[in-house]
This record gives sequence, structure tokens and C-alpha cells, in this order.
Amino acid sequence: MASFTSKYADELIANAAYIGTPGKGILAADESTGTIGKRLSSINVENVESNRRALRELLFTTSGALPCLSGVILFEETLYQKSSKGTPFVDILKEGGVLPGIKVDKGTVSLPGTNGETTTQGLDGLGERCKKYYEAGARFAKWRAVLKIGPNEPSELAIRENAYGLARYAAICQENGLVPIVEPEILVDGSHDIQKCAEATERVLAACYKALSDHHVMLEGTLLKPNMVTPGSESGKVAPEVVAEYTVRALQRTVPAAVPAVVFLSGGQSEEEATRNLNAMNQLKTKKPWSLSFSFGRALQQSTLKTWGGKEENVKKAQEAFLVRCKANSEATLGVYKGDAQLGEGAAESLHVKDYKY
Amino acid sequence: MSAFVGKYADELIKTAKYIATPGKGILAADESTGTIGKRFSSINVENIESNRQALRELLFTSPGALPCLSGVILFEETLYQKTSDGKPFVEFLQENGVIPGIKVDKGVVDLAGTNGETTTQGLDSLGARCQEYYKAGARFAKWRAVLKIGATEPSELSIQENAKGLARYAIICQENGLVPIVEPEVLTDGSHDIKKCAAVTETVLSAVYKALNDHHVLLEGTLLKPNMVTPGSDSAKVAPEVIAEYTVIALRRTVPPAVPGIVFLSGGQSEEEATQNLNAMNKLELLKPWTLTFSFGRALQQSTLKAWGGKKENVAKAQATFLVRCKANSDATLGKYVAGASGDSAASESLFVKGYSY
Repeated sequence: MASFTSKYADELIANAAYIGTPGKGILAADESTGTIGKRLSSINVENVESNRRALRELLFTTSGALPCLSGVILFEETLYQKSSKGTPFVDILKEGGVLPGIKVDKGTVSLPGTNGETTTQGLDGLGERCKKYYEAGARFAKWRAVLKIGPNEPSELAIRENAYGLARYAAICQENGLVPIVEPEILVDGSHDIQKCAEATERVLAACYKALSDHHVMLEGTLLKPNMVTPGSESGKVAPEVVAEYTVRALQRTVPAAVPAVVFLSGGQSEEEATRNLNAMNQLKTKKPWSLSFSFGRALQQSTLKTWGGKEENVKKAQEAFLVRCKANSEATLGVYKGDAQLGEGAAESLHVKDYKY
Repeated sequence: MSAFVGKYADELIKTAKYIATPGKGILAADESTGTIGKRFSSINVENIESNRQALRELLFTSPGALPCLSGVILFEETLYQKTSDGKPFVEFLQENGVIPGIKVDKGVVDLAGTNGETTTQGLDSLGARCQEYYKAGARFAKWRAVLKIGATEPSELSIQENAKGLARYAIICQENGLVPIVEPEVLTDGSHDIKKCAAVTETVLSAVYKALNDHHVLLEGTLLKPNMVTPGSDSAKVAPEVIAEYTVIALRRTVPPAVPGIVFLSGGQSEEEATQNLNAMNKLELLKPWTLTFSFGRALQQSTLKAWGGKKENVAKAQATFLVRCKANSDATLGKYVAGASGDSAASESLFVKGYSY
């Protein structure tokens, strides 16, 4: 068989399709302990387990939010945490019709001889870890590969190495019942134009799908988490319709129809930008055999974090801010977002951090 | 740009889209002089230019046939021939809404060190030849790569070599205004089952689209001419619905949505089989982001040839026979074909020839 038939095949297909349900998307709440520390310090909150737990409880128990979500990506610590009432987060999510997912990569390391390019580690013992996560209730996984644009980047080595890592990770996940989200992020850093980003994205995605085919990954049981195609962070902005056109065309040229859904990362875009761009894509009248949705971290949580500030008395207001972004993005997956979401504090703020490290 | 956008880009996109019009397909009438000789000898007709001209005139002037066609692939000799009224075939076709195409490969040669595998030649001066063909009225081209299934076939070498040949051919065509039909035929010869054919077809197509991406081919200005996914010639037949499912799944896993149309080859299938299989694919309720149509040679001409037998007095009868197959396949592209409508015994005759060389 060109694709390997895992004993979990039917389940993988059903779960991947469910995650791509129009009107829903993914909350990326899988910030590692180090990364969440940066977020917490930006609002003067101490990076201790109870605060990390409190933040995630705030998000998951927001009334009305879970119906906008089909999945939440968790960090390992969170997979085993409970609400203040003692209910495992995993159960809260499942009861709310949301599939729990798990970040399984172990960060990036440099590729020597390149100009700052990286590969992602985490393959050692991955099968065993996936089995454990499946037992704990996870049904999908995430692995982030990172590429950059420069005069000679992304290099052929970086492309091949990262595509290979994604393919091995994906095959191992499928062997163990987890739908792999394939994430080849091309950083927005740089002064290049949107054409250059389109070119790099098409090259990278073509290499990814060749690698997935070589490794016998069953595409119907995967999801793609790509960057949107945009100008570089140091270049002038363009309209959402332009981002939509270039992005969808890049996907049409590289992503087979067997992939049920594309769940975009937000990169350094502001909450509002990310939503508008997603909305424009769903309004575009062209061939889109996969659903187009979100897998946002910062672009779903930024104003919520600011509103919360780590204080119990702000939880309700913070939850309202979170619901606003959830609804806005849910509408964007249907192409009906009117841009009228009450902008919470910081919703229009760029979240770009040069050379962002998770 | 990842895709080469030359001066002919808009025209290529338009032409490819037109060829893929639902309800229409391609007549492959590009048999080389040697190959048409074999067909002629089977009906006791002398292989001389006037007979070759007479056959093609019979086909092109069949009342009602041309509306079922969007393109005809020609051999070089035919590109410069005329009707008995003195009108160039090319003009006649164009006036009737049918785009002339041209076979540009120069046949297969062995790959030393393999078990009977081949590569296709024809790249030398291909650019210059394409320019000549464009001037003569051709607007699309065809190049046939051949792969086989065996214990260790297709080999990695054969896949890489043929994919690369197709990609170089494709980009040269696009540089010179011709829409390239990309044809990676996996022969039916063998005793393998349909799953094996599916696995090989997916592996081959994945390599082909990686190569097309590497060579900057504009997918919106190409067409794909693949084999259907079937059991081997020495294996038991299966129902059209089964062929349809395996074929469409293989294409969904490998052919990017940017490709406007897929024009199947008929291989050794009988006229009726080929039509029924195409029909079943178009009835299948699976998302298909490209049109599925035909590019048939033998499966459009077999019974017509027999009815003609080279005799002038049989022309009208032969043309009526040809029209039946054209209409049947036109209906099949819309999923509307009703089997047995023609009832001609010749239509059910297998056209399989072991190790068929063009």
C-alpha cells in the first residue's frame, strides 16, 4: 500500500475530518513552560504551575467558547492537569466536543554549515510517548518545523531535513492513534515581498508532501498547519484579499485533496489580522477541497491574557475577551466575519517578535 | 516565483481549462507511422500516407463527433495534412472548437541495469520543435513515460528518471506556448492486484508532482494523463465502481487541485470497459477538484477501424460507430452513461496487448 494502513485508520480519518468541521478550529495552548513564562511575565504573573493551570482553566471553561473549537493543543504538563473542581482538563474538553491534542516535538537545534537554519528534534522514543498520550486521552499531535527566508534560505538541506522529520513524526503518530498536524512554519521575518514568501511556501509544501508519500503517511488522517502567505515582517502590509489569493493558490499547487483541513498558524499577526485573513480565504471563490481553519495561539489569547493579568477578579472579563476571538474566528472559517468584533485591548497589536523562539 | 510565469501563462491556463470542459475529452490520434501500421494490418489496409490521411479525415469529419471533443492529439505527419477538400486538418479542428495537440516524445529506450525498464527520449531541440508546432496551430503536447509493475519494479531509478523527463518536457512546452499533457503510464501487464497498482500509481504520481514543482512548472497550465487503477492484466477483473474508488483515492492523494483536468489513458481496456470506468468515477461521491475525462486512442477507434476496413463505401457506417463511442464517453464525463446503449460486440473486445509498445 502506498499509505500504510494503521489499525487506527478509521479513527484517524474521523478525527481529522472532525477537526476540520466548518465553524470550528484549534486553540493552540501548548506553550512550553519556558514560553508560557514569557507570556506570563509580560503581564507580571509568576511562572508557577498553579498560574499555568489557572490560565488554561480560564480558557477551557469560558462559556460558549468550546463550541467554536474542534481541538486544543496541550503541552505535556497540561494533559495531566485538572480544573479547580478536580475535573481533568482532558475530560472537560471531551465533554465539550473538543479533541485534546499534544505537542510532541522537543524544539529546534541548529543545522551546522547553514546560516542559522534549524531542524526539529523529538523522534527518539516518540512511539512510546504517543502511546502514553493516547492513553491519557490525546487524539492528535503537533510537531513544529521551522524554516526561514533569506538570500540562500530556505536551503535544500533545511527543506529536506525538516520535511523528513515531519514525515517520520507523522508516520509514528499514525501507528499510535494520533492524527499528526504537520507544521512547516516559514517565519515571517525579513524584508522580502509576498511573491518570495509564496515561492518558498510552495517549495516547502511540495517537499513535505513528497516526504509524507515516501513514508507511507495516510493523508486522510493528517492535518496541515502552514503559515499564511504574506509579505515579510519588514515589508509593507497588503490587504487580506491579497494574502488570501496567494495563500490559497500556494495550497492549490501543493496540498492534495485527500488532506481534510488546513489549520493556519498565526505567526506574528495581530488577533484581528489573523481573523481577517482567514475570513478572506474562506470568501475566495476558487477550488478549496480542504477546509480552511485556524490553529491559533497568540492570536486567540493575547487580549485575554492582558485582560486577566493573573487576577481572579478579572477572570470573567478575560473570558469574555476570549469568547470574542473564538466567535470571530469561528465566523472567519465560514467567511462571514464582519470585522465587528469588539476589539479587546491589544487585539490589533502585532504579535511579531523577531526570530521568535517558542 | 515557484511557478514559471512566462509570456504564454494566461493562454496556457485558458487552454488547459478548455480541454478539461465537462462533457468533452481528447481523441488520441497520434499513432506513429509504425504503430498505425499495426492497426492497419489488423484490418488489411496498406500503410501508406493516403490511407493514414483517409482514416483521420474519417474521424475528424464524423457528423456530431467534434462537439464531444475538446482536443485531438496528432502525430507530426497529420499536423500538416489536409482534408480531401484541401483544408488543413488543424484549421478544420479549430473551426469546430477542437484544439490540435502534438505528440512530441521520440519513444522509449532501455535503462541499462534494470529489468526491462525504460526512459523516454525527445528533449533534444524540443524547444525549437515546440515553436514550429505552435506556428502550425498546435496548442498542447503529449509525452508518454512508461513504467511497469514487477517484483522490484518500478525501481527508484525508473521513477526518478521518468519523472524528471516529464518535468523537463513540461517546462519546455510552457516556455513555447504548448500545454503539456503529463503522461506517466503504469502498464497493466502482470498478475498483481488492484492494491499494488494503487500503491505504485500513488508513488509514481507523487514523484511526478515533486519533479514538476522542482522544475517550476505552472500546474494550472498542465493536464495529467494517468492510467486508471486496475488489477493486473493476468488478474481477475473488478467492477467499475471498485476501479473508480481506487483511482480517485490515488489521485486525491497526489494530484494538486491546481491541475484543471485529468484525461485518462485507456491502456488495454475495451471501448466499453474504459467508458464504464470513467463513468463510475464521475458518479463517485468523493470530492474531486479536477475534471475527470478521457484521452483515448484505441478505446475510441477500435470498432470504427473494423467498420471501415479501409473501404470508402464503409465510411458513413464507420463514422456512425465513431460517434457512438464519442457520445458514450462524453456522457461518461458527466456520470450519465447508460451501459449497453451501443450493443456493439466490438466495443467489448479487450484491446490488451502484452508489453505494448507504441
